[in-house]
Amino acid sequence: MTEEKNILLSIRGLATHFYTEQGLVKAVQDVSFDIRAGRTLAVVGESGCGKSVTALSVMRLIPWPPGRIVSGEILFKGESLLKVPEGRMRQIRGNDIAMIFQEPMTSLNPVFTVGDQIVEAIKLHQKKQGRQAWKIAIEMMRKVGIADPDRRVGEYPHQMSGGMRQRVMIAMALSCSPSLLIADEPTTALDVTIQAQILELLRNLQDQEGMSILMITHDLGVVAENADDVVVMYASRVVETASAENLFNKPRHPYTRGLLHSLPKLGAKKERLEVIGGAVPNPLRFPSGCKFHPRCPIGHDKEICRDHEPPLKEVAPGCTAACWFAEGYPRD
Amino acid sequence: MTAYLIRRLLYMVPIVIGVLLATFVLFKVVGGDISQQIAGKNADLETIAEVRHEYGFDKPLFAGLTPLAGDDWQAARQDYTAAIKNERQVRAESENRSVLPISAFDLDLKAQRKWLGDLFRQRLNAHQFGGALEMITLDSQFSDHFKHALTFNFGRALDREKISDKILLGVGPSLSLTIPMFIGTLVVSISMALLVAFLRGTVWDYTIVILCIIGLSIPYLSFIIFGQYFFAYKMDWFPIFYSPDKPMIHSIILPALIGIAAGLGGSLRFYRTVMLDEIRSDYVRTAFAKGLTTRKVLFKHVLKNAMIPIVTNVVLSIPFLVLGSLLLERFFGIPGIGYLMIEAINARDFFVLNALTFMMALLIAVFTLLTDICYAWVDPRVTFD
Repeated sequence: MTEEKNILLSIRGLATHFYTEQGLVKAVQDVSFDIRAGRTLAVVGESGCGKSVTALSVMRLIPWPPGRIVSGEILFKGESLLKVPEGRMRQIRGNDIAMIFQEPMTSLNPVFTVGDQIVEAIKLHQKKQGRQAWKIAIEMMRKVGIADPDRRVGEYPHQMSGGMRQRVMIAMALSCSPSLLIADEPTTALDVTIQAQILELLRNLQDQEGMSILMITHDLGVVAENADDVVVMYASRVVETASAENLFNKPRHPYTRGLLHSLPKLGAKKERLEVIGGAVPNPLRFPSGCKFHPRCPIGHDKEICRDHEPPLKEVAPGCTAACWFAEGYPRD
Repeated sequence: MTAYLIRRLLYMVPIVIGVLLATFVLFKVVGGDISQQIAGKNADLETIAEVRHEYGFDKPLFAGLTPLAGDDWQAARQDYTAAIKNERQVRAESENRSVLPISAFDLDLKAQRKWLGDLFRQRLNAHQFGGALEMITLDSQFSDHFKHALTFNFGRALDREKISDKILLGVGPSLSLTIPMFIGTLVVSISMALLVAFLRGTVWDYTIVILCIIGLSIPYLSFIIFGQYFFAYKMDWFPIFYSPDKPMIHSIILPALIGIAAGLGGSLRFYRTVMLDEIRSDYVRTAFAKGLTTRKVLFKHVLKNAMIPIVTNVVLSIPFLVLGSLLLERFFGIPGIGYLMIEAINARDFFVLNALTFMMALLIAVFTLLTDICYAWVDPRVTFD
């Protein structure tokens, strides 16, 4: 984090709340991290921990009502995204920051051809017209590995498979050469072989285009293969940040350790996978103190964990963790 | 496409037959022989018989026996008429009345037929007629019912005017009222629904939903009476009643506005639900993530998807536009189909009602088919295979 000039996007103290009928949901609290230019940062966590809301906050696409970004700062190439007017934000969306979503089945508009939908972004941001925009669209489709793009450009989403649609989404997102691609669980809805293809495609495109990727995922396998930096989120907060290598070699937070332990390992003799006991707490009734303490193998019986929330602090160069015992806890 | 169309047109055959069966039971079997009523209170038997013949009530309901010897049949009829007349005369004299009374026998068709049949057989026997005496005829009220409907020749109404003329005359005024009303409601409710869907969950949304429910809860009649009393009578902004001397537009504005006001609640609520379903879709988020403006997302992406339910609703409403508005036309004296229908109900004019019912059923069947064809036009996922 010392090379300031290499940082493309910087999030500081982001908080996004949802004002629901059941009460206030603090979906994202005090989230801070940096995305380096040309690198991939993965945000990991269980469902409902605030990963997607973080991503949507960067795009300023939190639906109001009920959601609203209440505080924080998002700096993108020196511009404060939370302060720019909506018109400027629209220029950034799709052009500088593009996003692909989890559900390729429903994320494309069913009544327009995929070509129409790709061309729409090109016309909007690159001021290219007609045939030229279509040429770029076809070129993009070829780039993302769609065979016979001249023909498929006129097809409707329902005529394509899930993997193909996700490729179309990627083509659409990359058609304006964004410097940041936000991928919100891009492979979750796809089957395993297609997952691998899509991830490889993203890696290759990143090498060619030099963009940064913010990868939202709950799959540590995806993280291991793709990410340079990792942010682990739990119950609306960042609990650990580290480089991917450090994270897998030496996880600092008990939650991260739990996640790593619950991965299936090749050649392991165990009959059953290890799990983290309990479930993600209800965001309407977060526990006191450290939000992980009811499920934590170390902190479940410790007073400090029950009463005080640990701050995110640097525990090693480039590694931060929010745990009272991050620097030394009993071996388990 | 062609195969699909042919198949769908064939599906309409049982529908039309079903409708004709239903209207036959309603208007001919249950409604019965109303020739007495048509001919008038003091009509004599000849007149009644003429009317009965003119409107086809003298034919059997479904199928009957027609004698092969036509003259004998005619002769039997004459005997029958004479005998009835004679019987009534005798009764009139015995009761000392100047007008021939109508006996229960006059109204008892079954008894008449039996009586007529017996008489006919007697005469045939007298002629020593050999071989087959009668053959089954399908020329009945039932066959007439089908014939008239399928040739759109519904004959004459109670007031002796041709029904097809009456309907053709009524369609113009009805459409000039209902089309502006329909388009007005549609445009206002769809654009407001888009707005409300975008502002969902805000005070604006709740206010409009509450207004819709209030509008829905007020009876249609209250809108008409209030509008007519306040805007036409008190304020004198519009004519109270239709006048054939002035241009149509004059008498149409107020009823059309009332119709829009009364219909807006339900229509807006329907389209709001449609839009909300769409606006929550993932593709809307994708469109916003592309950097499109709200207007573009709503009017291009959302609206095209919402077209699917909208088209159904619009196309299926067209037959009802032709039917006009019963209450509005009645209150404002607009001589449309709705007016015609109310008149017919009041006059117990089964002929007109039968024609209107059949026409509506046919229109609805045709427009249902059109709706399905329109689906393919707005939704690429629908094919005709």
